Amino acid sequence: MKEPLWKRLPAGSVILEAGSAAKFKTGSWRSMRPKWIEENCIQCLFCWIYCPDMSVTVKDGKRGEFNFDYCKGCGICALECPGKKGNKAIVMEEEGK
Amino acid sequence: MGKIVAVTGNEAVAEALRQINPDVCAAYPITPATDLMQRFASFISDGKVDTEMVLVESEHSAMSACIGASAAGGRVATATSSQGLALMWEMLFIAAGDRLPIVMPVVNRALSAPLNIHGDHSDSMGARDSGWIQLYSETAQEAYDNAVQAFRIAEHLDIRLPAMVCMDGFIVSHSIERVEYIEDADVKNFVGEYKQVNPLLDLDNPKSYGPLILTDRYHEYKRAQHEVMTKVKNVVLEVAADFEKMTGRKYGLFETYRLDDAEIAIVILNSAAGTTKDTIDEYRDKGIKAGLLKPRMFRPFPYEEIAEALKHLKAIAVLDRADSFGGYGPLFSEICGAVMSIDKKPAVINKIYGLGGRDYLPDQAEKVLDELTGIANTGKVNIIKEYIGVRE
Ligand code: SF4
Ligand code: SF4
Repeated sequence: MKEPLWKRLPAGSVILEAGSAAKFKTGSWRSMRPKWIEENCIQCLFCWIYCPDMSVTVKDGKRGEFNFDYCKGCGICALECPGKKGNKAIVMEEEGK
Repeated sequence: MGKIVAVTGNEAVAEALRQINPDVCAAYPITPATDLMQRFASFISDGKVDTEMVLVESEHSAMSACIGASAAGGRVATATSSQGLALMWEMLFIAAGDRLPIVMPVVNRALSAPLNIHGDHSDSMGARDSGWIQLYSETAQEAYDNAVQAFRIAEHLDIRLPAMVCMDGFIVSHSIERVEYIEDADVKNFVGEYKQVNPLLDLDNPKSYGPLILTDRYHEYKRAQHEVMTKVKNVVLEVAADFEKMTGRKYGLFETYRLDDAEIAIVILNSAAGTTKDTIDEYRDKGIKAGLLKPRMFRPFPYEEIAEALKHLKAIAVLDRADSFGGYGPLFSEICGAVMSIDKKPAVINKIYGLGGRDYLPDQAEKVLDELTGIANTGKVNIIKEYIGVRE
């Protein structure tokens, strides 16, 4: 018989595995979804710096798509995005629309 | 055999800490525990220990630093009293929940308001639900012996829980008594090398302490914490047996005095047990079968063993040096919990005594024993909870 869960837990709720936060897919919390409008993007990478969940992917110094496994839809990137000539390169849309 | 000295309770416990030589000590001064840490700090300044002393800006920070140092992998100690313990309160639960075997002498003192620096048990009783082991000490000798044993108990691999060693402020902490010290090498050998099971400083095996655990597992972690507490009793007895081999001094979960054939008894913690024993002797001389039970381990509370020790009595008075306002005294509640399992239940009454260092004098014990004699004869209890030693 399998031991009950409380007997299998590591003492003191210590997490013995490094980097386990990656297993926690916070994307399911999202009710608003950021949309990237590439033609308005000046590649300043503010969105990458401000995103609290490292959900803005960057490759070769240029931003790519959002990682929706972790993006919670907080809207910080859209708020901080300067865009081009007053046109935002990130807008928030309702999830599932 | 070790040296026999005349020292205060604080001095004796500071000496125990010197002999144990913890890796880290974070502390903030508060009367009457100040003197204990001040003496220990002198040992550091004089190069007698190599403890890293962290002087912090509050007791909240002191306990926080202890938690960090203990999680990092060190053997950790601190000391406090009263408001200091109260300020540590939220961190106490974290130390216990994280299973960090920090050892903390608590020099019992009243809580404000009104402001009072003298001894009562309101501080440690306020922390009784924090998940710490609590040992109480009647004398400087017991405080010293409990401090040495506390490290072995707290750090035991089946336990790994923080432990408080309580002694009465001023009455014990600042009074000079005869104390028998253990040889340095014997203490060192007794407590052994400390090895943290999950040290944060083990960089090859990174780990995290203090995660967020919500409705899916919090309840299970608490279930596990409850289980650990059930194992403490045996470890305390095992450590006491080894301690007796080394010193000849015997410790248990509680001490009994002339209790075996007694009909009435007083249950009391810490230094006031001494006065009570003297009064019991006088009553025994008068042919009254009085006895005493003094709990040593208050957390976890040894309900079954205490019930066994009290089951033949007719009447018991539980004397609390702390009040739960609007409730019964904390020790009384536990004794009632223990007595619950006895078929022929003794009558139990509660007296609140000695708050804010009010002297507990033999006449108070006499009045209680007279009342118990009456209850034993008539089976009638007039008042369950009452303050004694109140000035007219
Ligand atoms: S903040 Fe806006 S403009 Fe800057 S890189 Fe991100 S999307 Fe592009
Ligand atoms: S909405 Fe929030 S979480 Fe998602 S990419 Fe933007 S900043 Fe990151």
